[in-house]
Amino acid sequence: MSEHSTHTPAYVEIGQVGMSFKTKKGTFEALRDVNLKISKGEFITLIGHSGCGKSTLLNLIAGLTLPSNGHVICNGREVAGPGPERAVVFQNHSLLPWLTCFENVYLAVERVFAATESKDQLKARTTAALQMVGLSHALHKYPNEISGGMKQRVGIARALSMEPQVLLLDEPFGALDALTRAHLQDELLTIVEKTKATVVMVTHDVDEAVLLSDRIVMMTNGPAATIGEVLTVDLAHPRDRMVLANDPHYHKLRASVLDFLYHKQKHPVSAA
Amino acid sequence: MSTEVLVSEKPADDTRKTAKKSVAIGQMAASVARSVIPPFMGLALFVLGWAILSHFRTELPSPLATWQAALVLFADPFYQNGPNDMGIGWNILYSLGRVGMGFGMAAALGIPLGFIIGRFAFVRDMFAPIISILRPVSPLAWLPIGLLVFKAAQPASIWVIFISAIWPIILNTAAGVSQVPQDYMNVARVLRLSEWKIFTKILLPATLPYLLTGIRLSIGVAWLVIVAAEMLTGGIGLGFWVWDEWNNLNVAHIIIAIFVVGLVGLLLEQGLILLTKMVSRGETTS
Repeated sequence: MSEHSTHTPAYVEIGQVGMSFKTKKGTFEALRDVNLKISKGEFITLIGHSGCGKSTLLNLIAGLTLPSNGHVICNGREVAGPGPERAVVFQNHSLLPWLTCFENVYLAVERVFAATESKDQLKARTTAALQMVGLSHALHKYPNEISGGMKQRVGIARALSMEPQVLLLDEPFGALDALTRAHLQDELLTIVEKTKATVVMVTHDVDEAVLLSDRIVMMTNGPAATIGEVLTVDLAHPRDRMVLANDPHYHKLRASVLDFLYHKQKHPVSAA
Repeated sequence: MSTEVLVSEKPADDTRKTAKKSVAIGQMAASVARSVIPPFMGLALFVLGWAILSHFRTELPSPLATWQAALVLFADPFYQNGPNDMGIGWNILYSLGRVGMGFGMAAALGIPLGFIIGRFAFVRDMFAPIISILRPVSPLAWLPIGLLVFKAAQPASIWVIFISAIWPIILNTAAGVSQVPQDYMNVARVLRLSEWKIFTKILLPATLPYLLTGIRLSIGVAWLVIVAAEMLTGGIGLGFWVWDEWNNLNVAHIIIAIFVVGLVGLLLEQGLILLTKMVSRGETTS
């Protein structure tokens, strides 16, 4: 475990978590003995080769699936199912195509705040969330009328609008072109610094991981994947990708992630 | 905001535009010809075969004689000479009315049932054996039950329509619900939406295209069945009219009835296809 988690009490605690799926060929053990403590306000990325169970781990924190062994605790309570306090940004944006951008976000806002706030306040929240991701001009457009990057931003706005305790992102920028991805990463950095959200993000992009995270959780290859190494990214905030491009420490961090992924985990068995 | 939607404008000089226009008109004429000529030839061939057949079997009226009978019939479609002698228009409307009633009840019961069956595996397993056994039964086999229960011909024929129309509605609605993408359901789970919100915001819109297919199939079946049911139950309607004209040996009218049943069925089908297109377009753009 890194220094970070020993200072502050854990906000999300993953303890001895194992996950097995029943398949036609018998049980498949995706995760084994995963232990991780995440502090409030921390930005964690889960990185690893495909099939290493990083999305499975994210779904466990989300409560979309429940662990076969061990426990996931969030804010002092065991995760027993999904809920708006652990908002998810899905890989494929998952917007409802028959609702406008505004209506998609409003559905979430309404669910969380309708009990305590007026309709006008709910609408203001929705507009503010879409404004935060730079989509004020597309409030009343339908998902099929906007680009992939814009859809993903609506997905992020929907998740943020719920003011979640934990923001979970499942390869949110994987399907986007490099320029749009960089732009959204910068936006996410700004938003997270503003909202102080606790974030867990699945990625397979090394630069993305180093740029965004406080800690990078590197996973070993499956089956029975677990956490191989945890790298603390001690780069100052706010981070600027142009400055970091010439920062030797940034390159050192990047190199150690690459080293884990392409040397230590090149052969599935040689877990650290 | 790196990803604005670009509106591309296509500058083009005038000469190229007019050249394009004349080419476009030529292409349009060709495509109209392509879509009109083959059906027209098919119909002509059909009428020719019919004419030849009626030449050798004189009890079958010729196309011309049938056409003349149709002109007489449609000159006054809404006359009323007592309950057993009403115009063709009345017969069509009465048949459509029964289909509407039977179908309406089938939809009122079948759509909610389809949603429940699609949403809850337990209910699905509960109804699966009943549906599997009852669905293949010929609708007319239900007629005696209807006559027994309702003790009248009119509700019995509506009952037959109801029972034949309900299966496609239930099955298509349930299939639609079970094919709602898991992504949308995950959104519902993360938001912890109420069952009512899940229904109105996710299940209903996602299922609508399937539901409309079910409605189209079920109205098609209902229209097939009504003619047969009316033949057996009597009253005013196309089916009984066919049977009546058979007793009068007015074969021309029977042939006209066949065409009328076919055309009305075609119009119903096309109308519903149009409705489906409008709904699915509204869902994606407007």
